[in-house]
Amino acid sequence: MVALQETVERVKRIDVDQYRYGFETLIDSEKAPKGLSEETVKFISQKKNEPAWMLQWRLEAYRRWLTMTEPTWARVNYPKIDFQDIYYYAAPKPKKTVSSLDEIDPEILKTYEKLGIPLREVAMLEGIEPKVGEQDPAQRKIAVDAVFDSVSVATTFKAELKKAGVIFMPISEAIREHPELVQKYLGSVVPTSDNFYATLNSAVFSDGSFVYVPPGVRCPMELSTYFRINERNTGQFERTLIIADKGSYVSYLEGCTAPQRDENQLHAAVVELVALDDAEIKYSTVQNWYPGNSEGKGGIYNFVTKRGDCRGNHSKISWTQVETGSAITWKYPSCILRGDNSRGEFYSIAISNGFQQVDSGTKMIHLGKNTSSRIISKGIAAGKSQNTYRGLVTAHRKATGARNFTACDSLLIGDKCGAHTVPYIEAKNSSATFEHEATTSKISEDVLFYCVQRGLSQEEAVGLVVNGFVKQVLQRLPMEFAVEAQKLIAISLDGSVG
Amino acid sequence: MMHFRGQIRMALLEIRDLHVGVEDREIIRGLHLSVHAGEVHAIMGPNGSGKSTLSHVIAGKPGYEVTDGQILFKGEDLLEMEPDERAAKGVFLAFQYPVEIPGVTTMNFLRAALNARRKARNQQEFSTPAFLKRVREVAGSLNIPQDMIKRGVNVGFSGGEKKRNEILQMALFEPGLCILDEIDSGLDIDALRIVASGINALRSPERAMIVITHYRRLLEHIVPDIVHVMSKGRVMKSGGKELALELEACGYAQFEDAA
Ligand SMILES: Nc1ncnc2c1ncn2[C@@H]1O[C@H](COP(=O)(O)OP(=O)(O)OP(=O)(O)O)[C@@H](O)[C@H]1O
Ligand SMILES: [Mg+2]
Repeated sequence: MVALQETVERVKRIDVDQYRYGFETLIDSEKAPKGLSEETVKFISQKKNEPAWMLQWRLEAYRRWLTMTEPTWARVNYPKIDFQDIYYYAAPKPKKTVSSLDEIDPEILKTYEKLGIPLREVAMLEGIEPKVGEQDPAQRKIAVDAVFDSVSVATTFKAELKKAGVIFMPISEAIREHPELVQKYLGSVVPTSDNFYATLNSAVFSDGSFVYVPPGVRCPMELSTYFRINERNTGQFERTLIIADKGSYVSYLEGCTAPQRDENQLHAAVVELVALDDAEIKYSTVQNWYPGNSEGKGGIYNFVTKRGDCRGNHSKISWTQVETGSAITWKYPSCILRGDNSRGEFYSIAISNGFQQVDSGTKMIHLGKNTSSRIISKGIAAGKSQNTYRGLVTAHRKATGARNFTACDSLLIGDKCGAHTVPYIEAKNSSATFEHEATTSKISEDVLFYCVQRGLSQEEAVGLVVNGFVKQVLQRLPMEFAVEAQKLIAISLDGSVG
Repeated sequence: MMHFRGQIRMALLEIRDLHVGVEDREIIRGLHLSVHAGEVHAIMGPNGSGKSTLSHVIAGKPGYEVTDGQILFKGEDLLEMEPDERAAKGVFLAFQYPVEIPGVTTMNFLRAALNARRKARNQQEFSTPAFLKRVREVAGSLNIPQDMIKRGVNVGFSGGEKKRNEILQMALFEPGLCILDEIDSGLDIDALRIVASGINALRSPERAMIVITHYRRLLEHIVPDIVHVMSKGRVMKSGGKELALELEACGYAQFEDAA
């Protein structure tokens, strides 16, 4: 098992996308025509071999989307997006191959180095192939091993999950293989009409993950590990659906600490979670999309709708996120506390540096009796970035005994950045108790000097202090991932002082 | 490194005609100080005379403007170095007011700092068991309970505990020059004895110490080779340990007049 664990450790850092497509049948046409129309939606559905009901669902969403306008309430600024100037379907391409490490952006290499990813893995991550005639047999072997290992490890995982009865597959497959489950739950948390980006996603989503955990089953592994090995290029419109049936438990981890670039500037994902009676879902995200260059050009626009429905009594949904990337983040993982005694949690670290704009937070909607929620948000702004926490806590008339605790702390590094807290609190019954605490502080010069006097570099010092600031949230992440996230946080703040 | 007999012994720390200003106000006004390896110097002087400022400037704290003069450490120009470089070279400052770092355990902090210093000197990182053993040993000798090390750096520590934590770091980092800024303030009698014996244990022929204090009592425990009286940004008088006695009897007034 030690060997297996090592392999897992090694392979999970490796994006095997680049190898995967070798095993798939090629599709004739690679791209849908530019722009969005009913034809595009039909094209996508056809490419995915979808049943008629799915196409109908997409088309309804598309027609709905035509009637909607882009939201403007968030504290983010960006040039108007021309939705007709985007490709909505492109067959995933294998990564561009380069033949040596020299051809890779030195900035990216530096990041890998700081994350502690060895260079031979970097070679694989970046898809380096030796030039013809100068094949490096050692490197070849590594690459082959990696594919080999990941396939065998994945197979072991698959067998284990199957034994437990857990369904875990790309949503495109689930639509074909488990239509009854998908039809029952898809759009039941984030309806097709929910908001501009979610509706767009419903019409054109490319792929994503599907998880179903049967009653009473505790998912035998962090779905993170498996997921990261099998991570797919889900494209810019990702769709994820996770259902925890009665009394079940699942922990799911999305994302990657390694820097991720994408040609597509607009990303609009939708994630839906459903927890039935006594079930618990823990959903963790580490997001490190390309934030744009030092002048603020380029970078991903990340407009995500994530929502969990605590549908059953005594159910629990917990969101943990570490947001370091993207030029613009617009993201509010939320919980609908429908079942009596259900509980929602939101633990967030949002870091902005350079010209990044983050508007993120959560919504806790208390509908059931004795529901409780907890929000711990740590915002860190450096450079010329703007970092906004936006949170909504509401208690419905029937939500007697609802309780919420919110703590929002912001840390400023330098004096050209901004942190903002925008809480909305609404209690429609008098038995609700909502507590809200907020602090904003600047990173202290004296603390930094204390650290560098002990021998830490300025950057290490900032990393250390910031990691202390976010510790409460980091602790929520799966163990091995927390270590990577910790390094990532330090890296994201590079060059923010001094 | 061995010194050849007959060669003039270079000072470990050599400060020449130092002038330092803060926000257009001159605080250090032509200070000379020469400290050799193996020596312990005490600096005494009234509040506001510039003792902490001097220690900060040696350690490289930002916010001070050195308008004139030189600081050499082992013959190298300290003022050209970043503060972390100075630390790696062996300059250690025990702060008059140690800061709190929430969420960072003392253990993690010590490890990060120690490894950063070793990295700067191209040394291997400490192995975890060796590191833990070393920390436990030193902490034990300073009467620092284990649970204190597991807490955030100085968070919720009493004044005396913070000072002991400074000495713990000093012992672990084995610096060449130790500057102790009012290490005795806030210590009860027993803690003073423990801290002083911790410091004395670190006295060695290769190491020098500058002990800043207001009280002769500390100097009874840590007996200095030389005592300096500082006033208004200058060293007004230097002498043997008996100078501390004289000061206690007569106060600083005689030196201030001269300034
Ligand atoms: N950052 C600063 N800005 C303005 N004035 C400063 C600053 N730092 C020090 N000073 C001033 O410089 C003078 C010397 O201060 P310093 O802290 O060095 O004195 P000290 O000798 O250590 O005093 P004490 O015995 O009270 O610790 C004081 O008048 C102090 O107000
Ligand atoms: Mg002082």
